[in-house]
Amino acid sequence: MHNNGDKLIGSEIFFECLRREKVEYIFGYPGGALLKVYETLHDVEDIEHILVRHEQGATHMAEGYARATGRPGVVLVTSGPGATNTVTGITNAYMDSTPLVVFTGQVPSSLIGNDAFQEADIVGITRPITKHNFLVKDVRELASTIRKAFFLATNGRPGPVLVDMPKDVLNTECVFEWPESVDIRGFKPTIKCHANQVQKAARMIAKAMRPLFYVGGGVISADASEELRKIAIDQQIPVTMTLQGLGAFPGDHPLSMGMLGMHGTYWANQAVSNCDLLIAVGARFDDRVTGKVDTFATHAYKIHNDIDPTNVDKNIKVDLPVVGDSKDFLATLIEAMPKTKEDRSAWLDEIEAWRRQCPLDYTIEPDSLKTEFVIDEVSKQTRGHAVVVTDVGQHQMWTSQYYKFTEPRSIITSGGLGTMGFGLPSAIGAAFGVTDRPVVLFSGDGGLMMNIQELVTAVYNRLPVKIFLINNSYLGMVRQWQELFHQEKYTFTDLAASNPDFVKVAEAFGCKAMSASNPESARKAITEALAYNEGPVLVDFRVIRKDMVFPMVPAGGSISDMLLARLNPKTMV
Amino acid sequence: MKHLISVLVENKFGTLNRVAAMFSARGFNLESISIGETEDPEISRMTIVTRGEDRIISQVLKQLNRLIDTIKVTDLTHQPHVERELLLLSLKLNKSTQHEIFELANVFKGKVVDIKQKSITIEFVGSPDKINTAIDLFRPFGIRELARSGAVAIHRGES
Repeated sequence: MHNNGDKLIGSEIFFECLRREKVEYIFGYPGGALLKVYETLHDVEDIEHILVRHEQGATHMAEGYARATGRPGVVLVTSGPGATNTVTGITNAYMDSTPLVVFTGQVPSSLIGNDAFQEADIVGITRPITKHNFLVKDVRELASTIRKAFFLATNGRPGPVLVDMPKDVLNTECVFEWPESVDIRGFKPTIKCHANQVQKAARMIAKAMRPLFYVGGGVISADASEELRKIAIDQQIPVTMTLQGLGAFPGDHPLSMGMLGMHGTYWANQAVSNCDLLIAVGARFDDRVTGKVDTFATHAYKIHNDIDPTNVDKNIKVDLPVVGDSKDFLATLIEAMPKTKEDRSAWLDEIEAWRRQCPLDYTIEPDSLKTEFVIDEVSKQTRGHAVVVTDVGQHQMWTSQYYKFTEPRSIITSGGLGTMGFGLPSAIGAAFGVTDRPVVLFSGDGGLMMNIQELVTAVYNRLPVKIFLINNSYLGMVRQWQELFHQEKYTFTDLAASNPDFVKVAEAFGCKAMSASNPESARKAITEALAYNEGPVLVDFRVIRKDMVFPMVPAGGSISDMLLARLNPKTMV
Repeated sequence: MKHLISVLVENKFGTLNRVAAMFSARGFNLESISIGETEDPEISRMTIVTRGEDRIISQVLKQLNRLIDTIKVTDLTHQPHVERELLLLSLKLNKSTQHEIFELANVFKGKVVDIKQKSITIEFVGSPDKINTAIDLFRPFGIRELARSGAVAIHRGES
């Protein structure tokens, strides 16, 4: 612990700043430009450095940690290739509004621009994928820049911020000065919602006969689940959630409609298409949610609350924008609601009829394994209480359909960018942040291979991550589109001939592993895996190879027209 | 329609790049952009000319505001403002055209900034429309080269 006024070199200032930001973990990988930092790190005891095996892994771990805890994730990588390897992870965090602070080493100031060894213009490269980024050119600006970086990452709409630190800056001495406060004149996010707009929203809600909440990740990051639960239940308004919004409202509550959109529930999409009032909270009308915009919620008066004004009227024109923090919006709305209530039982009955018309269900065969069964079983055995991490693809959509998320910060998944390889490292990051709930990863075989090197990190740190590998030896979602929309030309999606034996791979990493290929063995394996807490465990679920995720809205279609099953792809309801 | 946007930004390296890159990344039209220091050396003023329907322009303004290095974003289009552009126009010169060129330059209040035996460079200041007209009218004389500054603009004072 150092004090203001102490003479410190850049690398000491770096750790002192992290200390003051209450950083617990750094996900990092050393290299030439960072040697001074790692030298200083040798004597730092109150911040834990987690050694990853690839810088992309570090960014996903930081994101998993951030999403599970609500605190910013911190990454430390060297210049050049170390920095460029973070690009996918930073983009992922940008698309899903996750607070990250990424520190990159840089070649000495005097060499910048000279094509020096391991030089990359990472500030230039990451400008469009960060909320903001900085190159620190003078050690006297290091502390204030780090302070700003954390402030920007966590305030307003969260996002990744990058700080590039040249080697000489880290090795130069100056007087340490921690700024008491931060003032960035170009960054004044609107937190408090406009009172008149909220009043108007309250009046619209009070008189709506067929209202619907459509909530997204903004409710989770604003920590507004309790407010949402209160108003939805008080007013008897059903709630549908985006992929990132799952858990914002308890999935086992009768008013929960599950997810909407491309692989959302039939009843949620019907409700969107038939509601008279749509209250969007912390969501951004993404194309996977809206389908064809011209036919999206055409009967509804639309209220849209979001902290980022650019989200308003971007994809869908709304009637009542309310810019501000979602917690403030919902809390103020609860206060503003009139005492009288409309009877909405007819609307809820109608939704119930849609639910019965096309429920989410699956069949159980004794000799083959369906992914739906695996996820449903994990959901039951963990009582919807796990932190669930997914990779990207079919298993991700099945997770959104069959895992009953009961609390916020329970799903960690790559939504906006759809990054294969996200799952394993982000599950590891989540396991560092959360120790009182099981951390469960559902990953496909394609995605697991993309960052499988991080299994080392899980084993070495004895993290009790449950790696549930949904192995159909296909790039299943691509295969599904090939079957449905691309004349069954299955080019380069069949991995059966090339996949390794995942049980042996895991064991070679020192990870406990088993496999299951029918419901009976799967159930037992899940129980055993959930009970094992000495380190990571991998279960290789050999699932039916050619299953497809339904229901489905074909790309660009209206969400009221869903494909319900493979057998009758021409029949839409 | 055409919009004229004035943006106060932090006078830091990379700011112009952030703004220009945002336009290209989001597919917004960028007709011209000019930038220079203001009375406060820490702040620069950017003048941007763009085109689009109202819905697009509203996104442009919000996306500009969202950049951390932008301090104030104003759409001057429907507000009283003065808009000027500088044109440096280099023309071929010979005995037969000399007279006409001078006369026309006078009409546009042009100022001769360089003259050689076979070429003349004239400076014009005016609204972009006037600059366009000047270029059109001088074209028959043979344009050697031209350089335009892009528009700069400012609010008119209050009475």
